[in-house]
Amino acid sequence: MSLIACRDLCLAYEGKTAVQDLTFSVEPGDYLCIVGENGSGKSTLIKALLGLKKPKSGTITYGDGLRQTEVGYLPQQTPAQKDFPASVGEVVLSGCRARPFYPRAEKRRAAESLEKLGLTELKNACYRDLSGGQQQRVLLARALCATRKLLLLDEPVTGLDPVISAELYRIIQDLNREGVTIIMVSHDVDCAIERARTILHLRTVPLFFGPAEEYAGSEIGRTFMEGRD
Amino acid sequence: MLDTLREMLSYTFLTRALLVGTLVSLCAALLGVSLVLKRYSMIGDGLSHVGFGALAIATVLNAAPLAVAIPVVVAAAFLLLRISSSGRIKGDAAIGLLSTCALAVGVILISLSTGMNTEVNNYLFGSILSMSREDVILSAVIALTVLILFVLFYNRIFAVTFDETFARATGVRVGAYNALIALLTALTIVVGMRMMGSMLISGLLIFPALSAMRLCKRFRSVIIVAAFISVFCFFLGTLVSYLAAIPTGASVICANMIVLLLLTAAGRLRERMK
Repeated sequence: MSLIACRDLCLAYEGKTAVQDLTFSVEPGDYLCIVGENGSGKSTLIKALLGLKKPKSGTITYGDGLRQTEVGYLPQQTPAQKDFPASVGEVVLSGCRARPFYPRAEKRRAAESLEKLGLTELKNACYRDLSGGQQQRVLLARALCATRKLLLLDEPVTGLDPVISAELYRIIQDLNREGVTIIMVSHDVDCAIERARTILHLRTVPLFFGPAEEYAGSEIGRTFMEGRD
Repeated sequence: MLDTLREMLSYTFLTRALLVGTLVSLCAALLGVSLVLKRYSMIGDGLSHVGFGALAIATVLNAAPLAVAIPVVVAAAFLLLRISSSGRIKGDAAIGLLSTCALAVGVILISLSTGMNTEVNNYLFGSILSMSREDVILSAVIALTVLILFVLFYNRIFAVTFDETFARATGVRVGAYNALIALLTALTIVVGMRMMGSMLISGLLIFPALSAMRLCKRFRSVIIVAAFISVFCFFLGTLVSYLAAIPTGASVICANMIVLLLLTAAGRLRERMK
């Protein structure tokens, strides 16, 4: 059963159609990359997948025991966060479920996430003093606290230098190998083809949905890649 | 020093003022950290102007000040939240509109009834004599409610302050927590306003948070240090105002300003030493 299945999805943003007639599904263990130009409806689709935006028509179904609030989300950073006085430990723990305090199991989960991303030593460091790549790793650890099933990454390497980007991609790939399903939005199409298993190319309507190898050979894929070079 | 304190405490009105002031300073510091980090600090300023308008209405109606001010300011807080989340008018503009409107209405009402007198002056800049026994009890109840709710929802408030979108995506009812913060802020402002002055109360929200951020690197320590700084400055300001016979609200804000300047300078110095 699919983790997420979208059927004839239509989304509107401020009265304008942002996404139309979109049907696709995400299987457990998949690595899906959503590509497209700016304004192609990627961000609106993310909001809908997170349940922050109601579809105009069509359905989004969550399956395989996944609840909508169990999507580990890595948002684009806001300017306010860059100088936020919080320790790494506090930020990561905020991905856990408070009711209203954190149970011991959740604290352990946060510690595991820190360990997994090699952040244990930085636990007491201040978030705003970290480099951009480290901050992304902290937010990734927080997302892992919310779920171990599905990560939704919104342009995760924006503003990072190539070396740090590559490292972040490697971490994401490792997580995927361990069974975490990945949905990544990116306009870096070369990286998408190299790493993702499935590609969804969006320009309001879906232009392509299928395996990454097929996309590289398809006409739309080639045009998009050449256009960017 | 101790004699001065003993002398101060022998006045009932001063004991009351110190009690209410301490509680208000604590609440304002806690809420202020969240407001400043969410870039909402102007909400305090807007609400205090609305509070002035409400006090003017109370004077005209001859009603109990808090009974009018609490519902009006709380309603204004929700209105501001609604406007800034609907995105039609930006938050800062909305606050500017609301606060000047409230001020204008207040001034018109006062000029039609009593005229500009000492009472109006007290509304604007505060009076340490303003607290009656009932006021103290009500203030204490509200302040304790704010403190308890803040501690209880501390983790959620952190999550919502740090990253609203992520919190919403993981099923936290962000709207409810924003409303809670706005409600608590409105209550704190109404309680503190008459002593500190409606033109000055918003400083209590902003100064301690900014001072604590110069010192601390963890959210929890920012909250705790802000609370300490706020109470310390309140006592210092009240003491100076007693000794020099100057208005308490203004004196407390000046104490806060000096602490912020000192901590900023110390921070700069520490950075240069590195």
